[in-house]
Amino acid sequence: MSLLTKAHESGSDAQARTGSTVLDMVLRFRALGLLLTLAAIVAVTAAVNPRFVNEQSIRDLLLAAAITLLLATGMTVVVLTRGIDLSVGSVLGLSAFCTASLLSENPGIPVPVAMLIGLGIGAVCGLFNGMIVHLGKVPPLVATLGTLYVFRGVVYFIAGGGRINASDMPGGFLDFGTARILGIPYLIVIAGVVLAVVAVFLSRYRAGRDMYALGSSPEAARLAGIPAGKRILTAYILCGALAGLGGVLYAARYGTVDASAGYGMELDVVAAVVVGGVAIFGGSGTVVGAALGAVLLTVISNALPVLSIDQFWQRAIVGALILGAIALDRLVGLRVKASLRKKDAHVG
Amino acid sequence: MSGTGLDAESIPERQPVLRLSGASKSFGSVAALTDARIELYAGETHALVGENGAGKSTLIKILAGVHRPDSGTITVDGEVVEFSGTAEAKEAGIAVIYQEPTLFPDLTVAENIFMGRQPRGRFGMIDRDRMNRAAAALFEQLGVPMDPERQALGMSIADQQVVEIAKAISLDARVLIMDEPTAALSGAEVERLFTVTRALRDDGAAVLFISHRFDEVEALCERVTVMRDGAHVSTDLMSEVSIDQIVRRMVGRELGALFPKQEVQPRDVVLEVDGLTREGVYRDVSFSVRAGEIVALAGLVGAGRSEVVQGVFGVDPRDAGTVRVGGRALPPGNPRAAMRAGVALVPEDRRHQGLLLDLSIMRNATLTRRSRLARFGFLVGGAERREAEQWTARLQTRYGRLTDPAGTLSGGNQQKIVLAKWLATGPKVLIVDEPTRGIDIGTKAEVHRLMSSLAAEGVAVVMVSSELPEVLAMADRVLVMREGRLAGELSRAEATEESVMFLATGQEAA
Repeated sequence: MSLLTKAHESGSDAQARTGSTVLDMVLRFRALGLLLTLAAIVAVTAAVNPRFVNEQSIRDLLLAAAITLLLATGMTVVVLTRGIDLSVGSVLGLSAFCTASLLSENPGIPVPVAMLIGLGIGAVCGLFNGMIVHLGKVPPLVATLGTLYVFRGVVYFIAGGGRINASDMPGGFLDFGTARILGIPYLIVIAGVVLAVVAVFLSRYRAGRDMYALGSSPEAARLAGIPAGKRILTAYILCGALAGLGGVLYAARYGTVDASAGYGMELDVVAAVVVGGVAIFGGSGTVVGAALGAVLLTVISNALPVLSIDQFWQRAIVGALILGAIALDRLVGLRVKASLRKKDAHVG
Repeated sequence: MSGTGLDAESIPERQPVLRLSGASKSFGSVAALTDARIELYAGETHALVGENGAGKSTLIKILAGVHRPDSGTITVDGEVVEFSGTAEAKEAGIAVIYQEPTLFPDLTVAENIFMGRQPRGRFGMIDRDRMNRAAAALFEQLGVPMDPERQALGMSIADQQVVEIAKAISLDARVLIMDEPTAALSGAEVERLFTVTRALRDDGAAVLFISHRFDEVEALCERVTVMRDGAHVSTDLMSEVSIDQIVRRMVGRELGALFPKQEVQPRDVVLEVDGLTREGVYRDVSFSVRAGEIVALAGLVGAGRSEVVQGVFGVDPRDAGTVRVGGRALPPGNPRAAMRAGVALVPEDRRHQGLLLDLSIMRNATLTRRSRLARFGFLVGGAERREAEQWTARLQTRYGRLTDPAGTLSGGNQQKIVLAKWLATGPKVLIVDEPTRGIDIGTKAEVHRLMSSLAAEGVAVVMVSSELPEVLAMADRVLVMREGRLAGELSRAEATEESVMFLATGQEAA
């Protein structure tokens, strides 16, 4: 806090200090809060059914969360810049179907190449999104809602009602979907590595910090000379590429791919990001938070059936978490505003 | 009145760090600058003063590379330069601290300072420790203890300005431009800012300081330039000129043809405002307006005039005070109640607050009367059209068809539509905020004629205006505001450009 303010204003200053401390606490302990919620749910569920926490079930849980987590990582980067990408589910579907059909026709393609192909398909979709948003000046919500339908339409056009079954795909690829390294499934390892790389990019590289700056104050970013167009394109390409990679993992894990793969997944991904504490208006949040959000949502949807709680409540709880996360953001914002008004009250 | 100019004797034989000469800039048909010039020297603080609309902000934005001048040259160290963006001005060592700090609220103080220039270590990664240490060193240099790892969100304006200054220093800025940096600061904070500024100046920076507070200008600056109507008036050493002379040079703007106000015998008090207060915006504002009277609220931009009339109308909540119309108190924060009581507010920013630009002229003109023109809840085209025709004719509005979008009209005609919208409600109190801003001279006179005839019909008119000649020509009484308070009241006989400006700037007339 400032020492510019002298003694006679110490009253309002102290209030301001309280305000910002509370704010710091909320932000710092947000991740902790998620972890505590997670632990509480796991503990309660484990008490009811001890098998919920055995090695196999934890592995299944993380496996189920892996693809959402991967997409949430990309989504976080876009949301940080004040954007959103609703097309990720469709991009995943497009990538899953394209790589699956490619593999069924060319069984010789090694897994890493398949992953690169998926990444490429996703990146092209992301570039398309980014160009509409940046060059077309279309609000991201509308632009990607449009491409959600466009990309899905392309999948239906290519698939033509057909599906690709596990028996059509090379065995090596399907093994990859379940194989483990040191007891950990590849899918989880890949999601974890991507998460770590993006986390370092966002926190330790200039381009990553630019993402925060753009979302925090576009006007200040302009005055600071941040290359907005380049960064926004990067964000959408990254988000699309990770959705594309997610498509390959989806095909490997489930073995069966039809035109509806990943249908509606964008909502789970956005929910994970928001619950994970990434501000929907940009500028604040981390991929680690978003990952915790993805895991939490997966745990909830796996735990509630164990506790024999109705499917309806499962949805309601996810909804309540989203509203809670947003309410927390608003509350913090209002507190800051109020303390600012008090501080400026000495004018005149 | 005549500018002393840059005489050989008053200017030392030095080359200015930054020189702007013969600069002009127009926005559409409005000329913001006609012949502006300024010379900034190393190790010197230079004040730039002028009335509202004198062109100070435009001049700064040209120096900052935000605007490109239509004509004129900028030289840095004697070499002609052209700035095509803020980055190039920054490159030339020009740092600007705007009135509203432009920080990233979600990032730390240190990141705000070094955005895009963060020190890097291994693998090109940002070296946060080094960045925080560098920021801490800057604050030490400034003599202001501040935590570099603190988030910018929730910082006071004063602290934000310190961060902006730290940013300027870290850029090795040779020219520091500050646009009314003290407007939101308290006395102690101003003193701190000045200490920092003096230290920078002593280190050889050229400082350009824009302020309306003459005590600060006197305390801080060695040289002062006066601007009026977008042109340079004078540049003097502070020691060779009195505040009184400066104020007299600031006034005297030309406004063109004015419609003389009709003499009306004021009747009963219609509007009474008592002790109106909104924390941090305005405080203890009391005045009354009689039927048939035009009362002007004058003052510098930021004095709180628009905020006061919005508080009276109930757009913004108020913290204390009462507003009475015809003896009846208005509930706070309730514009609908104010409208029912017969108050109409024509806002300052008609494009955003006064008009629905995409809707038709007809719909805009009758918007406030919707419920009365409607039959069984439906708007009946005929009634709406008749009403709109009646008012546009009375206000001599020029338009194509009544169904054209309001956005297609010229500024002056848009203003007439906004007026029509409110006059149709038959107000007892008409509040107009900057009624003639940005409209051509001919239309100005028509708006003045209209306000005058409304007053003659017994409407109590409150006019917020930054155009002094307009205030003097139209107002029966002038209320002058300064920094959120009423600084004084002048009768029509007492009000002159000088007396108003002295009150607005807080100087005693000599």
